Amino acid sequence: MNREPRLWMAFTALVALFLSVLPLPRWLEIVRPAFLVLTVLYFSISAPRAGGIGLGFFAGLALDAFQGAVLGQHALALSLVAYIMVREHQKIRSKPAFQQSLIVFFALIAYEFTVFAIDGWTGHPITDPLRWVHTVTGALAWPIAIALLERGHAPR
Amino acid sequence: MAFGVSANRSSSSSRGPSPGFRFTLYAIFAVTLMYLDQRGQWLSEVRYALQAAAYPVQLAVSSPSAAWRWLQEASRTREALRAENERLRARQRELELRTLRYQALARENAELRGLRDALPPVAEKWLVAEVINVAPNTFRHSVLINRGTRNGVFKGQAVLDDQGLIGQTAHVGPWSAEVILITDQEHALPVQIERTGLRTIAVGTGEGLALPYLPANADVQVGDLLITSGLGGVFPHGYPVGRVSAVSRESVQPLAQVRAAPLARIDRAREVMLVWFREEHPAAPGSTTGADLLTGDPKIQPQPAPARPKPAESAAPGDDAKAPAASQVASSRKPDGAAASAAGSATGAARAPTADSNGSARAALHSANPSGAASAAGASGNAAPATGAPATGAPATGATSARETGTPAASAPAANAREAGRPAGNAPGSGTRSANTPAAGAPAAGSPAPNDAGTQAPAGAASGQGGAR
Repeated sequence: MNREPRLWMAFTALVALFLSVLPLPRWLEIVRPAFLVLTVLYFSISAPRAGGIGLGFFAGLALDAFQGAVLGQHALALSLVAYIMVREHQKIRSKPAFQQSLIVFFALIAYEFTVFAIDGWTGHPITDPLRWVHTVTGALAWPIAIALLERGHAPR
Repeated sequence: MAFGVSANRSSSSSRGPSPGFRFTLYAIFAVTLMYLDQRGQWLSEVRYALQAAAYPVQLAVSSPSAAWRWLQEASRTREALRAENERLRARQRELELRTLRYQALARENAELRGLRDALPPVAEKWLVAEVINVAPNTFRHSVLINRGTRNGVFKGQAVLDDQGLIGQTAHVGPWSAEVILITDQEHALPVQIERTGLRTIAVGTGEGLALPYLPANADVQVGDLLITSGLGGVFPHGYPVGRVSAVSRESVQPLAQVRAAPLARIDRAREVMLVWFREEHPAAPGSTTGADLLTGDPKIQPQPAPARPKPAESAAPGDDAKAPAASQVASSRKPDGAAASAAGSATGAARAPTADSNGSARAALHSANPSGAASAAGASGNAAPATGAPATGAPATGATSARETGTPAASAPAANAREAGRPAGNAPGSGTRSANTPAAGAPAAGSPAPNDAGTQAPAGAASGQGGAR
């Protein structure tokens, strides 16, 4: 179980997808963390060989399909941050939770910026500054996300 | 704290290609996808499949709120239901009272327009769809509905509720479709101010609508009703859109700042209506993009304007009837039925794009009736009273037989209709437009002609209608 967290990955990714398309009041939608991105980040750091980049790509594709965005937009952004996390996973793992949150914050900024840039290039820019709010709440939610995601495959 | 304990896992997993390599592959794949999706419609099937795959998940996501709604419905008391029943009955009475006069009004309208029969409603079919409660994107205004291509829904279809316009379909899957709301920041909608007839564009602002292209001296007031103008090719003419809620004019600004609130319950509607429109109807959505216009046809040349219209001449079939239009020069070498209809479309073209579509498409629609020439000539005579060709001598029987014998040619390529229309009218209104839909008057184009006038009258109308599309 420890070696193959793929089933757990798929399950949590699906749950995260559910959570990120769940209809909420608008202000809650704005502060809602990008659960799917957090999940991808987590598995990229904790199980870098289990295919975090691939998970990022397909999760992003699912997001594209759900949001009616340009196909490949979120896929590119998510596989990009997954790749950065996989490369740096050794360093990030050894950091305390607060610093991890900070790193996650920057990863979320990078993700949102990629999405934002592709939005602009494809001619559908959303310049609402509220779109960046979820990077903060995502970073704040990171410790909780770890605690939840570790249950499925944490070593005894 | 998080990963320190599980750090030994990486060594036990199998080694694949390096992360950099994998990322490069995925990135190339993603960029290719984006490129293909942006350029052309090559990925429409992939998107269609993805949308189909997403639908069960979307249904599952919306199921809690659907269950909650069902519970609410199921637990309503008898008194509440009775009160609602009472209210609905009152509403129905009111609507029936309002429609009582509808037949008479439609008839009167037809008479005023010089038509033989009242026009059918522009909405041919409609379908109720339910909004699936999911949040596609917080910053875009779109909703998901539970009808797709299996129900005949197509991309760019108008979506209404009982109060007004809601939006149009953007991505259509087999069982679901995404609807862009008119309040979306990327949505622009050709509208008309109902009080003045002034046409402009309403763009979504996220909360409501704005009319950013009205000059400061435009006649617009708070409370003005906005209706669809019928341009733009998606929405038909005359559907309510919103009400002007704020107008501010600053002397330094060349444009007025106009805000409007949509009439439809955009963010609360649970049931919406998808509408199919009659394409040949004068109020049907037309196009002004000019993409379907043939420009620079050297065969079309200005003709010398006749000195004065001669009304007496039109009674003699076979004579050359001169049909001068208001600002366009349209002289016809054909007998009067053709001349009248050609002049009708030419005058329409001279006025405005909508006027053109109205005038000529109306003629086309009604030339399909078994009194084609008469009603078509009547319509065009009405549209162009200055022509002096009342076309009273237009042989109605000729048109009738042309229509009947010409039924096999009804599906003839519309290019034929255009070709036939050109010698008949030789007017920019009928000649320069490409007819890309099977025209209603197309039978006349390739049919055995029993009579010159009877054949050419619908042909001119047909080409005009093609232009209107």
